[in-house]
Amino acid sequence: MLTRFFSASAAAVLALGVVATAPALADDDRFIIVQSTTSTQNSGLLDAILPQFKDKSGIEVRVVAVGTGQALKNARNGDGDVLLVHAKPAEEKFVADGFGVKRSDVMYNDFVIIGPKSDPAGIKGLSDAPLALRKIADSKAPFASRGDDSGTHKKERALWKMAEVDIGEASGSWYRETGSGMGATLNAAAGMGAYTMSDRATWIAFKNKGELAILTEGDDRLFNQYGVILVNPEKHAAVKKDDGQAFIDWLIGAEGQKAIAAYQVDGQQLFFPNATKETN
Amino acid sequence: MGIHFRKSRGIMQDFAHSFSLAFQLLWRFDPALGEIVFLSLRVTFAAVLIACVIGLPIGAALAILRFPGRGLFVVLFNTLMGLPPVVVGLLVYMLLSNAGPLGVLQLLYTPGAMIIAQAVLVTPIIVALTQQVLSDLNAEYADTFRSMVVPWHKAAVTLLWDARYALLTVVLAGFGRAIAEVGAVIIVGGNINHVTRVMTTAIALETSKGDLALALALGLVLLMIALAVNAAVMAVRASARRMAYA
Amino acid sequence: MPDPRVLPFPTSPGEARPAARLPLTVRGLGFVADGTRILDGIDLDLTDNRLTVIMGPNGAGKSVLLKLLHGLLPPSAGRILWGGRELDRHTRQRQAMVFQKPVLFRRSVRANLQFAVNLKKSPEATDLLSILMDDLHLNDLADRPARLLSGGEQQRLALARALLLTPDILFLDEPCANLDPASVLLIEETLHKARAGGTKVLLVTHDLHQARRLAEDVVFLHRGRLTEHSDADSYFDAPASPEARAYLAGQILL
Repeated sequence: MLTRFFSASAAAVLALGVVATAPALADDDRFIIVQSTTSTQNSGLLDAILPQFKDKSGIEVRVVAVGTGQALKNARNGDGDVLLVHAKPAEEKFVADGFGVKRSDVMYNDFVIIGPKSDPAGIKGLSDAPLALRKIADSKAPFASRGDDSGTHKKERALWKMAEVDIGEASGSWYRETGSGMGATLNAAAGMGAYTMSDRATWIAFKNKGELAILTEGDDRLFNQYGVILVNPEKHAAVKKDDGQAFIDWLIGAEGQKAIAAYQVDGQQLFFPNATKETN
Repeated sequence: MGIHFRKSRGIMQDFAHSFSLAFQLLWRFDPALGEIVFLSLRVTFAAVLIACVIGLPIGAALAILRFPGRGLFVVLFNTLMGLPPVVVGLLVYMLLSNAGPLGVLQLLYTPGAMIIAQAVLVTPIIVALTQQVLSDLNAEYADTFRSMVVPWHKAAVTLLWDARYALLTVVLAGFGRAIAEVGAVIIVGGNINHVTRVMTTAIALETSKGDLALALALGLVLLMIALAVNAAVMAVRASARRMAYA
Repeated sequence: MPDPRVLPFPTSPGEARPAARLPLTVRGLGFVADGTRILDGIDLDLTDNRLTVIMGPNGAGKSVLLKLLHGLLPPSAGRILWGGRELDRHTRQRQAMVFQKPVLFRRSVRANLQFAVNLKKSPEATDLLSILMDDLHLNDLADRPARLLSGGEQQRLALARALLLTPDILFLDEPCANLDPASVLLIEETLHKARAGGTKVLLVTHDLHQARRLAEDVVFLHRGRLTEHSDADSYFDAPASPEARAYLAGQILL
C-alpha cells in the first residue's frame, strides 16, 4: 500500500511538473519588456501608470528594474524593447552607437543628499551639492555610494569630481561602495549612519528611513532627467518595435505625462513630466 | 507587490510586526501573495523535476560503474554543488539573451528561464547526493547483483527504487536550494510583477524599498511553505522506515 | 521425502540439464588477499550433478572457494573451467548463490522473487514461482517487507530467489547457520528437489548432521588446501586425511 502511495505521489509530482512547465513555454500574451531603473519601480510609479497603458492599448509592460548601467547593457544585448533610464550622456551614447532608435525626455525629479540627523559633517541646509560633499570628505564621515555604475552613481561621481575629492583614495575607509541598488544602499546608510545620495522618488517611497533625513537639496546640479529609448530593431530582430513605440508615444504623450504628474506618495509628487516634441 | 500595510518604525518593531504580518498574509490568503507563492512552487517543482530526470541516472551511474576518470566526475559534481547562484544566473542569461546562442527561444524574463537556472543549480546536488546514497546501498547489493548477473542499468533502476525514500531527502535538499535562491532567478527572470516575481525576488524588492517588515513577513511565509514540504516528506520517510523500506 | 515432485526445469528432469552434468574443473587455484594466502593449489573435479558438501574448520577458505567458483572473486592463480569454458557472463548466468547472510531487496517478498523472474524472462518462471512459494512456505509472507522477516524466512526467500534463476549450479554458503529447525527442514527438502531436478549443488556447512543428511560427496579444506575429496559414505565412515579425521572427531583445528 505504501508502494501505491509512493507511485501516486510520484505521479502527482510528475503531473505538477508538466502543468508547471507548460504555461511557461506557451506564453502568447501581447507584451513588451522595458529595461528600467530601480527608482521607477521602487517608488511605485510604474505599478501606478502601467495598468492605464494596458487598459488603453492591450499591451502588457513587463518591467525589469535594474541599475541604469545594467539596463543599458541588457538592452545592448537586445534583451528588452524599451529603455527607461536616467543617465543622459550614457543614453545619448547608446543611441549614437546605433543600439537605440532615438531618445526622448520623459520626466525629471532631483537627487537629494541624505545623512544622519546628527549631521557630523554639518551640511544641513546647504544648497551647494559639491560643497556638501567636500564637507563630508573633510569630516571623514561615512558615505554610502551605489558603486554599481547606475544613473545615480554616474551623477554622484560627477559631483565628487566637481567637489575635487578623490574618492578612489577614500574607497574602503569613509567612502563605502555597496555595489547594490538604491534601496539596498539606503538600508546600508541607515545601518551605518552614513551619508548617501538618492533620487527623491526612491527616498520618499522608502520605508526604512530610520535616523536619516534630507540634508542637502535644491542645487540645479542635482537635476535628474529620465529618458526613454526604443531599442534598435535593426540590431536585434526580436525587438517589438510597434508595441514598444506605442508605449513610448503614450508615455511622452498627453495621457502618459498626466499619469506621471498624478502619481503621489504621502501627498508628494515624485516625478515631473517634461516631454517635448523635439528630442535631442 | 500591491500589499500595503501601516508603516512601521524601527527595527525591533519591524521584527515583531513581521510575525503578525506573516500570519495576516496567510490568514487572508492575499491574492497577490498567492500568485507569488504559486509561481515559486511551480518554478521550483519544475526545476527539481528536471534536475531529477537528469541527475538521478547520472548519480546512479557514478555509484555503480567503475571507469577511469570516475573520481574526477564525483569531485566535479561535489564542487558544482557549491555553484554561486549569481554565476548560474549570469551563464543562463548569456545563453538566453537575444545576443546569446539560445536567444531565439525567447525564454529570457519568463518562468521558463527561471526553471532552467534553478535546474542547473540543483542538478549537481541531485547527482552528488544520489551518488553518495546509492554507493552505500550498492556496497550491500553489489555481490548479489554480480551473482545474479544483473546488467548495470537494471542495477541502477533497482538501487534508485530501493533507495527511493532516502532519495526523497536528496530531492528535498535540491528543493530547499531552489526555493530559497534569489541570485539566479532575479537575473534571468527580471522580477517582473505578475510574470516572474517569486517569493525570494519579492523579498529582495521589499527590502530595497525599505519595507523590512513586509520583506521579513514574506520570508516567514517562505519558511512555512518549506516547513510544510519538509514535514510531508519526512512523514512519508518515517512510515517507510517502519516498513523497513528506507 | 514428503513431496515426490521435483522442481520443474525447462524439459524433463535429469536429462533436461546437460549443463549440470558438465564437469567443473579446478586446477592449481590460489587466492591471496592483502598478502595472506587464503587458498593454495586447489585441484578439484566435480563431474556429475551431485550434491557436494564443502567442509572444513573456520578460516579454511570455504567461502572464498565458493566465491571463486561463482566468479565473484578473481583467482590469484590457477584456472576454473566449466565444461571446458572459462567463467564469463554467460556461464555465470547459469549459476546462482545463496549467501550466509541473505541480501534481500528493500521490497516485499513477492517483489524480491519477481525480480528474479523478470531477470530470467523464461515462460516457466511464473509456474516455478508459485511452486517455490508453496515449497518454502512463503505464501503468507508474500506482501511482507523482506527485511522484516525472521532469519529463517529470509533465507527461505533467498533460496527461492536463487532457484528462480533455474541455475545449473547452485552455491550455498552456510545457508542454515542459526536458523530455526523448521526453516532448515524446508531448505533441505528444497535442495533435495533441486538436486533431483538436475541441479549441481555445492554447499558449505559446519553442521555434521546436515552434511550427513545431504552430502553425496564431501570436499574437505584445511588451511587453504584441499586435503580430501571423497564420497560421503567413505568420508564419514573412514576419512582418509588426518585433518578430516580430527575435524569429525570434534577436535578443533587451527
